[in-house]
Amino acid sequence: MMDVLTPVSPALEFHHVTKRFPDAGYNAVDDVSLSIDEGELVTLVGTSGSGKTTLLKMVNRLYEPTAGQIVLRGHDIMAADPVQLRRGIGYVIQQVGLFPHMTVAENIAVVPKLLKWDSARTGARIDELLQLVQLDSAEFARRYPAELSGGQQQRVGLARALAVDPALMLLDEPFGAIDAITRDGLQNELLRIHAAHRRTYLFVTHDIREAFKLGTRVLIMHGGRVQQFATPDEIAAAPANEFVVELLASAGTSVGPSGEASVETSGGMSAGTSVGTSTGDDVRG
Amino acid sequence: MGSRGDLLVQIAQYFATHGSEYVHAVVQHVAITLAATGAAAVVAVPAGIACSRFPRVRGFVTGVFSTLRIIPSLAVLFLCISLIGVGEAPAILALALLAAPPLLINTTLGFSRVPGAVLETATGMGMGVARIFFTVKVPLAAPLIIAGLKTALVEVIASATLAAYIGAGGLGTIIFTGLGLLRSDLLMIGGVSVAGLSLVVSALISWTEKRLLPWEA
Ligand SMILES: Nc1ncnc2c1ncn2[C@@H]1O[C@H](COP(=O)(O)OP(=O)(O)O)[C@@H](O)[C@H]1O
Ligand SMILES: [Mg+2]
Repeated sequence: MMDVLTPVSPALEFHHVTKRFPDAGYNAVDDVSLSIDEGELVTLVGTSGSGKTTLLKMVNRLYEPTAGQIVLRGHDIMAADPVQLRRGIGYVIQQVGLFPHMTVAENIAVVPKLLKWDSARTGARIDELLQLVQLDSAEFARRYPAELSGGQQQRVGLARALAVDPALMLLDEPFGAIDAITRDGLQNELLRIHAAHRRTYLFVTHDIREAFKLGTRVLIMHGGRVQQFATPDEIAAAPANEFVVELLASAGTSVGPSGEASVETSGGMSAGTSVGTSTGDDVRG
Repeated sequence: MGSRGDLLVQIAQYFATHGSEYVHAVVQHVAITLAATGAAAVVAVPAGIACSRFPRVRGFVTGVFSTLRIIPSLAVLFLCISLIGVGEAPAILALALLAAPPLLINTTLGFSRVPGAVLETATGMGMGVARIFFTVKVPLAAPLIIAGLKTALVEVIASATLAAYIGAGGLGTIIFTGLGLLRSDLLMIGGVSVAGLSLVVSALISWTEKRLLPWEA
């Protein structure tokens, strides 16, 4: 397995990455090149079909690029064994995908088990994670997913993805199916968790407000191409093109770094804050 | 034929004089049922898995088995006799043909109903193909497979009565003897035993289901 704890900057690089699905007449992802630093929370935003999911799934090799190279912490991901690679990357999707036949605790324990953690360590980690996503362990650890609300399921999905403290988290519209109030709470928790551990997050959303609230940098995509990749402040101040202007307009007037998001976080999570200065690497699996 | 009181006396007499014969018939009935259902499962479950994976196989195989389902078990039995003669083997073959459709259809459904999102996150978390099959797909398909097994067993238990007709023994022996001798006590014993066996097997499977599948509310 790849050494995921040695800090290497940048965390993730895309070099001319292109994806064309078989029989498609266009590129779903078209010549994307960019670099993401260790500890960033990059939000990927764009209209439906702009290639966000495709870009994300190439990182954990659920899809293979047609051309180009993806480098994770200095290693070309195509050189790694995909199964091993994925164990070091957290993955959360909108439909959550919890195992219905496993309890909350068993769901969270899946990757620790794959990595042969002993049961004491796994048990302690389950409690720690449930606390992190604000679910009472005594109440929820032994429940089955069917006995949870949508918001609770997504908390468990998040806890499961965080189980072995992966260096990289991929999140594909994780809060897309959740009501506005619950979503707001989950967004704040995600900011808190990210601030506390400073792992690298790649977060897909189609909600420009969510993208601006959460992202240290925002990656705007359209037609498989990067339209702009900058901090929320920079984008608001100088939209790169007509598409970005329209996207901002569609979200109304109040788009911008969100003040309330940073209230309860220690590291200063307002958008545009430089990353890598946190000393809060306190919780490890 | 006698009154109800006579019937009870006759039944008691039968158990007193033919007790071991009765036990033998029950054991034989169960053995034939298990052999037929087991043989069917060995073929139908893998075929169902193949069907859930390859849509082309699915069209063909489910077509064959649906047709098979329409043919009455008695006709299948006669066909088997004409092909491989009388005795236990043709009886088991005929009953296996009867048990296969519910097993195949439910296995196919069970495996194709595993949610795509679950498989996607399983792969995304770094579970290998074999691990996903055994620890995710099989348990999630299990409720429907078990339901198919229950249907198959109940059908086979009832139809195995006919097996006696071609010399395979079982509870049918008592019933056919009763028919031949016009003895309602024997008909009663045979009929009730077949029904009872069916109920016991159903209950056993339901109990196993609850043990095995606690997440199925
Ligand atoms: N598995 C697939 N097979 C074929 N085409 C696909 C597949 N997944 C996505 N696409 C196509 O690729 C493009 C980008 O899709 P996607 O990455 O899912 O967009 P987004 O996540 O931004 O909504 C779309 O045109 C979509 O139809
Ligand atoms: Mg998408």
